[in-house]
This record gives sequence, structure tokens and C-alpha cells, in this order.
Amino acid sequence: MTAIDADPPLLIAQGLGKWYGRQLGCRDISFDLYEGEVLAVVGESGSGKSTLLQLLSTQLQPSSGRIHYRMRDGVTRDLATLSEAERRLLFRTDWGYVHQDPTLGLRMAVSAGGNVGERLMAVGWRHYGRIRSTATDWLDRVEIDSRRIDETPRSYSGGMRQRLQIARNLVTRPRLVFMDEPTGGLDVSVQARLLDLLRGIVADLGLAAVVVTHDLAVARLLSHRIMVMKGGEAIETGLTDQVLDDPREPYTQLLVASILPP
Amino acid sequence: MIALELSDVGKTFTMHLRGGIRLRAVAGVSFAVSPGRCVVLAGPSGAGKSSILKMIYGSYRCEQGRILVRHGEELIDVGQAEPRRILNLRREVLGCVAQFLRAVPRVAALDVVAEPLGRPTAAADRTRASELLRRLNVPEHLWGLAPATFSGGEQQRVNIARGFLPELPILLLDEPTASLDVANRKVVVDLIREKKRHGVAIVAIVHDEEVRDAVADHVIDVTRFATAA
Repeated sequence: MTAIDADPPLLIAQGLGKWYGRQLGCRDISFDLYEGEVLAVVGESGSGKSTLLQLLSTQLQPSSGRIHYRMRDGVTRDLATLSEAERRLLFRTDWGYVHQDPTLGLRMAVSAGGNVGERLMAVGWRHYGRIRSTATDWLDRVEIDSRRIDETPRSYSGGMRQRLQIARNLVTRPRLVFMDEPTGGLDVSVQARLLDLLRGIVADLGLAAVVVTHDLAVARLLSHRIMVMKGGEAIETGLTDQVLDDPREPYTQLLVASILPP
Repeated sequence: MIALELSDVGKTFTMHLRGGIRLRAVAGVSFAVSPGRCVVLAGPSGAGKSSILKMIYGSYRCEQGRILVRHGEELIDVGQAEPRRILNLRREVLGCVAQFLRAVPRVAALDVVAEPLGRPTAAADRTRASELLRRLNVPEHLWGLAPATFSGGEQQRVNIARGFLPELPILLLDEPTASLDVANRKVVVDLIREKKRHGVAIVAIVHDEEVRDAVADHVIDVTRFATAA
């Protein structure tokens, strides 16, 4: 047996569903996510992909189904059984969440360095010099001029804000990152830069990620696997190139055929 | 010993946007490749050669027949394998030179070539990547640039270097010499022969007869499979 059979999944979703009253959010979503694996969830708005992301990151309570997560100590836990304190710790240390709108993921009145350093302080870092130098490293890594470390993100462009949000999320070296349309709302050239940066960092750190996007080019570039959602259900899953090059479902074929060539 | 074996493999596409018509790409494909041998798939375009390569690599699904790939002591059926297993095969067993380089914005040619060896790029891998680029006559001033702006031939040579750099037991080649001049075709022939000497099993699509004669141990006419069904 080769090594890939040995390590258990990082995240296991089983039969996840969410109803908002009588309105379906999503239903019967199951998948395993392993360390270092990037899953793209694609579909139109209203397909349930954002609901799924909120369920996975425990920001919403599922109506049905379970989520298991392998904690840093190696024990796989049912997320529903975590205490509020444990869940918050998970969010601060082992998980990242990149919002489409960086103002939701950043503290806009706090300096860039403070935005990054804050996450470190939340996990117990106290040494100011080390916090600042780590923050500087991360700004550098996401291609933000470190001379702007003391400015607040209000003075940053949309692309810079998004890169800062990524630095803030990754500075604690999480193992799993959720991303909601990380390149949405950005100019195309800014998007390309961000995507390329994300792709590099995700690969270098061996991060696992669930990326929600309606943009198949983003999915192609970032993900190993794709889940296509429509009307709250996962209608097709597979390797990214399989789903994009050999789409099986009518809806997936329509999505793939609708991409405009550059 | 067999490195790769296809038995009765078929591929049919259902085109839902065109009223659900079913297009048969290939059917009844059976052949095996041993380490150190090169099988060339021949036939006119549209005969299904690329579909066969893509099914072996796992980028097309294989619903009919069986594709067995040797991974150490195990034989893995690509058509049945989980995505994770296929990704693992691509890292450890299946090398590939696709017809076109899928250029990623902003990544330098040298890193594009070294990337399959792992990230971040190690110094030794960088050295090996530059040796290969040099052999393929990619001018050194291009190595630090993203290949998106390169000519077709330059892109193809970057693509070839990327596919040939990892030392994997199986190599799939889709028209590696299509847009190359004589000198570079010769380099690719040499590279293929070296791979064979190292025991790599190769499946190639090669239209150029000279190249084909120089590397093929066995030529398979793919139209035979299309009509056999």
C-alpha cells in the first residue's frame, strides 16, 4: 500500500443539508477533503454554494448531516459537539476564512500590520518585535509594500485589501482555508495577480481549501477537484480537469460551454 | 512486466447541448506497454488518439473497459480510481506532455518547468530545469519570463521540458514535436530515447514519420478500434 491510504481525511461532510424555513439552501452534500487538497465549489448564485461554505465553517447550523474535522492533535471530532470556545479556537488557529468583500474580513480602522499581528496575538504571541517582523514578512509575501504597514486598509486598493485579508488569514499557518469568491469584484488584471499569488501560497504551504466561485477559470487554476452545484444539490463532482474537459451533466456542459475564450 | 494496459476501452460523449446526441470517440481499445518501450498511436485527426491519452491520464473519464497502471507493486484502474489516487499517480507514475502549454500568468518559464518536482522550487531542481531548457534551445533570457508571450514553438519546448523533467515510469506525449524545427525535433527524439533507456514506458501521438520511425517500438492504428466496434 502506498502512503496515500494512510492519512485520514481532514474534513468529512456527510449528508449536509440546510433549509431556510421551506426554502432549500442545499441538501445531501457529502465529500472528504484531505490535507493539501483544494476543492472548488462552482455554480450560479442561488445554487447553494455559499450556504454550503457557511455550513462547513460552522457559521450556520445544518438542518441535517454531520461534519467531522481532524484536529491538530490528530483526533477527528464531530464539529457539532465542539464547545463554543473550541470552535473559536479552531477559527483563530487552524482555519482561515477569506470573504469576497475584504472589509468583512479585515478591521478597517486598524493598521495593516495590526490586522496581521492581531491573529498572532490571538494565538498567544506577545513579543512585539516578532509579531511585527512576521507581519512584515507576510505583507511581503502577498506583495504589499512593507512601508505601508502602518496605514489602515482604508487607503488600500481593492486588490491590496484582498491580499491583506489573505495574509491575515494565513499568518497563523492554518491547515484549512475557506474562500468565498476570493477574486470576485476585482479588475481582471488584479484578479490574475491575486489568483497566481493564492495558487503559489496554497501549494507552498500545502493548504487544504474549499473555494466557492462561479468562475471556472478560478476553479481550473486553484483546485484539484470540483463540485458543481445546482438548485442546492451537488450534481457533478470529480477531478478538476475531468469535470472541465469531460463534463457529464447537461448543466455542467452548459457552464463549460459558456466560458468566453480570451 | 507491464507498465500500462488498456483492455476494451471505449469512450462515448453525450452532447447534451446538441439534443443529447452520442458521439463515439473510440471503442474496443486494447494494448499494453512494457517498461522501456514506446507505443505510437497513429491515425487521422478525430480518430480518438488524444481521447485515449486523456483517459490514461485521467482527464477524461473512462466508463468502458479498463486502464491498468502499474504503481510499484499495485495495478491501479484509472477509470475506477478516486480523484486523490489519480493525483497521486500523476505525481508518482504518469508524466505527460499535453498538446499545448496551459500558461499560468506571471509564473516564470523555469518555474513552470520545475513545478512538477514540487513547490517551492528547490535549487537542484532549478538547475536540472535550466539544463533541460538549454538542451531544448530555449534562450536563457526567456527563462525568467512567463511563457504566455512566447512563440508557439518556444511554449511547446517549455511544455516538453516540464513533461520530461520528472523521472516517472510512464510518459504520455501528445504531439510533442508538432511545432518544432528540425534541430529541436532531433533533441526531442534523443530525449525520448533516453527515457526508454531508463525504462520509461511511453505512449505517444506523433505525426512526423521521421520522429515516429526513430522512437516507435510499436505503431497502433487507432482507426482499427473505431471500426472494430
